[in-house]
Amino acid sequence: MGIEFENVNYKYDKRNAKYAIKNIDLKIDSLNEFICLVGHTGSGKSTLIQHMNGLILANSGIVKVSGSDVKKTRNINSVRRKVGMVFQFPEYQLFEETVEKDIIFGPTNFGVSKKEAILKAKEVAKLVGLEQTILEKSPFNLSGGEMRRVAIAGVLAMEPDILILDEPTVGLDPKGQREMMELFKKIHQTTKKTIIVVTHDMDVVSEYSTRVIVMKEAEKKFDGLARDLFLDQKLLEELNLKKPTYIKIAEKINKKLNRNYQIGCLSLAELIKEIVKGE
Amino acid sequence: MEIIKVENMSFSYSKEEIFKDFNIVINKGEWITILGHNGSGKSTLTKVMIGLLKKETGIIKINGIELTEENVYDVRKNIGIVFQNPDNQFVGSTVKDDLAFGLENLCLAHDEIEMRIEKYLTKVNMLEYKDKEPHNLSGGEKQRVAIAAVLSMEPEIIILDEATSMLDPKGKEEVIEVIKNLSENNTVITITHNLSEAILSDRVIVLNKGKIVLDGKPLAVFKETEKILSAGLDLLPSMKIANKLAELNYQDEELKGILWELNSKM
Repeated sequence: MGIEFENVNYKYDKRNAKYAIKNIDLKIDSLNEFICLVGHTGSGKSTLIQHMNGLILANSGIVKVSGSDVKKTRNINSVRRKVGMVFQFPEYQLFEETVEKDIIFGPTNFGVSKKEAILKAKEVAKLVGLEQTILEKSPFNLSGGEMRRVAIAGVLAMEPDILILDEPTVGLDPKGQREMMELFKKIHQTTKKTIIVVTHDMDVVSEYSTRVIVMKEAEKKFDGLARDLFLDQKLLEELNLKKPTYIKIAEKINKKLNRNYQIGCLSLAELIKEIVKGE
Repeated sequence: MEIIKVENMSFSYSKEEIFKDFNIVINKGEWITILGHNGSGKSTLTKVMIGLLKKETGIIKINGIELTEENVYDVRKNIGIVFQNPDNQFVGSTVKDDLAFGLENLCLAHDEIEMRIEKYLTKVNMLEYKDKEPHNLSGGEKQRVAIAAVLSMEPEIIILDEATSMLDPKGKEEVIEVIKNLSENNTVITITHNLSEAILSDRVIVLNKGKIVLDGKPLAVFKETEKILSAGLDLLPSMKIANKLAELNYQDEELKGILWELNSKM
């Protein structure tokens, strides 16, 4: 079913002319999509995702989650349960005595029995790569990367249909960033659930996304494949976006050595294939 | 000339030993980058170096003066630090007040304070924001104000502890540009995970488990792929390409010859 936007508009201050999001039409399936949402600070990304689980209600237009209008629904909690949201620095929101208590807090609030929630906690802990022994520990004695995994596990435990993550790799070291992205890829592959990642990192976009949405000045300016975005020089300039590393490198090699590698290589593996093939 | 010298320093957090017999010399005017995975001791090292954390043994000299409990506050006047989170570093209600706070604490004359605020906001390209409230600024703008506030105290040594890691690409670029300018007149120590930032500095050291595993010019350091990987860091993209091609036994001397240049403006 997923999420649908029909001509959605929102202003933080109605007296002001400035839109936070404007004329948004959007359809997101609840299965099989890995969407990267990009755009500069202030472009409307956060406002957009907050509409997806009813944290912000549109001034005009319709947002539907699983077919039901978010504004008209009597049970906003069911919307929030379907669309799981992981905010920036989610580790700051941990508060319980043990990791297990923190993970089951969400599900038990939504009426799941404690026994069931504990079983779920064990399952999601495994999914995010945490050892079972960690469940008994205080979340505040863990490393930053582990704490972030606990917070993500807490959202997964509510069994959302769609998972949204707002800049989930910020503040981690490069290895931690890679592990985090690989984790989302794994969750996506095992559960087939749609994942939406807000990011500024074009290498993440090129390597992981099945679809890219670009916001600029409150409007949706691109919605399609990473390759189509990154090969459109004019559009990139207009949106003020950089190219991913391996596209830049392919272009430089072509220029310096007068070669003809195709420049749409979205990952290291693709570039290597292109170089070796050119023999 | 040496500006910081650490000799046989040891430090532990409760029972966990972080540094043992650690040595490093930082020269005046150098821009040095400290790299290492989270938990490798980068931030701890800088904090011990300037007496924010108390070493157990060893000697730390700043400008030739040994750091002691008595002189630590005086010595630290010569050192400015900018931290990671742009939101945690403001005390003033306007940009100008924020700079004035530190300067008034130095008991400077009013004219001198005005002069320095003007001078250092100009230096980070933020003068036109001087009457703005800090919370209305973007992340990059906030960090530039934080840097101006540190600069206005006119320290010789400036430490930037992951000062760009929470910024968006534009904010990162703005701040890196400011750091580049600083490094011309000051001793700058940056802690970062950003390799394209590290590559601009004069010297890179890589920390792993409290030890220096690499120390040298950026490109020389980044060529040590095995040590970089075992320190939990990422390789430069060109190095990844070189490694993959070598694995496949693919010979292309022409390409190999220019791979390094590909990093230069990343």
